Amino acid sequence: MTQTTTTLPTRRDEAWRYADVDAVGKLGIEALDQWKEITLGAGETYHHAMVVGSDAPELHRIRLILGQGARAELFVANAGRDYTRVEVHVTLGKGAHFEFGGITIGGGDAVREFVTTTVHAEPEATSNQTVRSVHWGKGSGNFLGEIKVVKDAQKTDAAQDFKALLLEAGASANAVPQLEIYADDVKCAHGATVGQLDEAARYYMAARGLSPELAQRLLVQAFIGDAFVAMDDEAARETLLHAALGALEEASL
Amino acid sequence: MLKIENLHANVADKPILKGLSLKVSAGEIHAIMGPNGAGKSTLANVLGGKPGYEITDGSVYFKGEDLFALEPHERAATGLFLGFQYPVEIPGVSNVQFLREALNAQRKFRGEEPFSGGEFLKLAKEKAALLKMDMEMLKRQVNVGFSGGEKKRAEMVQMGILDPAFAVLDETDSGLDIDALRVVGDGINAIMRAGDKGALLITHYQRLLDVVKPDRVSVLADGRIVETGGPELALRLEDEGYDAVMAEASA
Repeated sequence: MTQTTTTLPTRRDEAWRYADVDAVGKLGIEALDQWKEITLGAGETYHHAMVVGSDAPELHRIRLILGQGARAELFVANAGRDYTRVEVHVTLGKGAHFEFGGITIGGGDAVREFVTTTVHAEPEATSNQTVRSVHWGKGSGNFLGEIKVVKDAQKTDAAQDFKALLLEAGASANAVPQLEIYADDVKCAHGATVGQLDEAARYYMAARGLSPELAQRLLVQAFIGDAFVAMDDEAARETLLHAALGALEEASL
Repeated sequence: MLKIENLHANVADKPILKGLSLKVSAGEIHAIMGPNGAGKSTLANVLGGKPGYEITDGSVYFKGEDLFALEPHERAATGLFLGFQYPVEIPGVSNVQFLREALNAQRKFRGEEPFSGGEFLKLAKEKAALLKMDMEMLKRQVNVGFSGGEKKRAEMVQMGILDPAFAVLDETDSGLDIDALRVVGDGINAIMRAGDKGALLITHYQRLLDVVKPDRVSVLADGRIVETGGPELALRLEDEGYDAVMAEASA
């Protein structure tokens, strides 16, 4: 895209409704024009795993355009200690597949979020998105996932799954699935749940000798693992899980 | 080894245990029987430190230590094992991972060296074989998709691996068919019958006690131990029922 952004988003914009817009201001308006563009030709594949988040606001914007039968897999551990947003815009050609797995994890008062727009522009494309959020303190995690299925994109199969685990009162999570479907023969599934650690499991684990910290770590590890089950690259998966669990170590619960 | 004195405990402000006293010596397997609602599971939960149980009076000493001064995981590391009536499912965590972490957490608490992966697997294989459980089951998620009987068998494998000094087994016999009951009972004998160990078997039925022969039997009714005797007491309960035996005890 060549157009230049001239105004900062506000929380009245649907895709920014849970964002920390002050943090965006700190990044500067130019940051909004920085898109990483990836175009895949017919049958091509793209795999990417990344750890995002630091002590400063971060905005990562990725635009993927997938040709016929192409496949893109993107996995992200979002462990920012300040506002950290990963935005993905995907356009799927015929029979293409988009796989997304993301984790937001952290405390403090930071907002971490994934905002995806998945456009099923041609028939028979599939997409699968899994996000897990674990927060404490006043931390929050969001997943805003928009799926657009154009009129001719029959046999589209799109799925979104979001689960959040809030370790303390005060933490929050928001899921905003948004479906815009103009084809009639499509499958679109989305689910969202927000819960707390299973007390029965914690007691059971304590009865076997695990301290509350260890039990929590094991339970969180099991919970976030879902986001990366589709990853073939063991080493990359370990890196992402390690980054996420490292953030948990900083929690003094 | 376990000394409970005048224990009073409430659940949601309702008194359940009302002055329970009981002593179990090293080398002793002690069965507790009693009607529904007598407080049997409450006793197990209070000993384990389950949240939601309020101790209003009395004391429990385990191996000379004030049990209530220890957190639940510290009680486990001190050698207290609680066999659950309803073992909990933990999706996403394998038995192997769970038990290795648990064993090493206990060893660390006691100032012992952790077990390596290899050492742990060798131990796990040995204990699984003792309970006739396929090692593949241990690679699966904790209790997820296990039948009632498999869960109880898995509890005993856990007990074998953790090798506690004292076991409180809350209706470990429920949900077991005759063959599984025999395997679990033999497991309890193999793991817990030793001069320096002890066990409290909470049960409704004589059938587990046919396999794990108790040294002492106590009847728990309305939050108190109303009678203690030898193994013959369990047989009498089976024949005559709780009401008759308790009527006699209070007469």
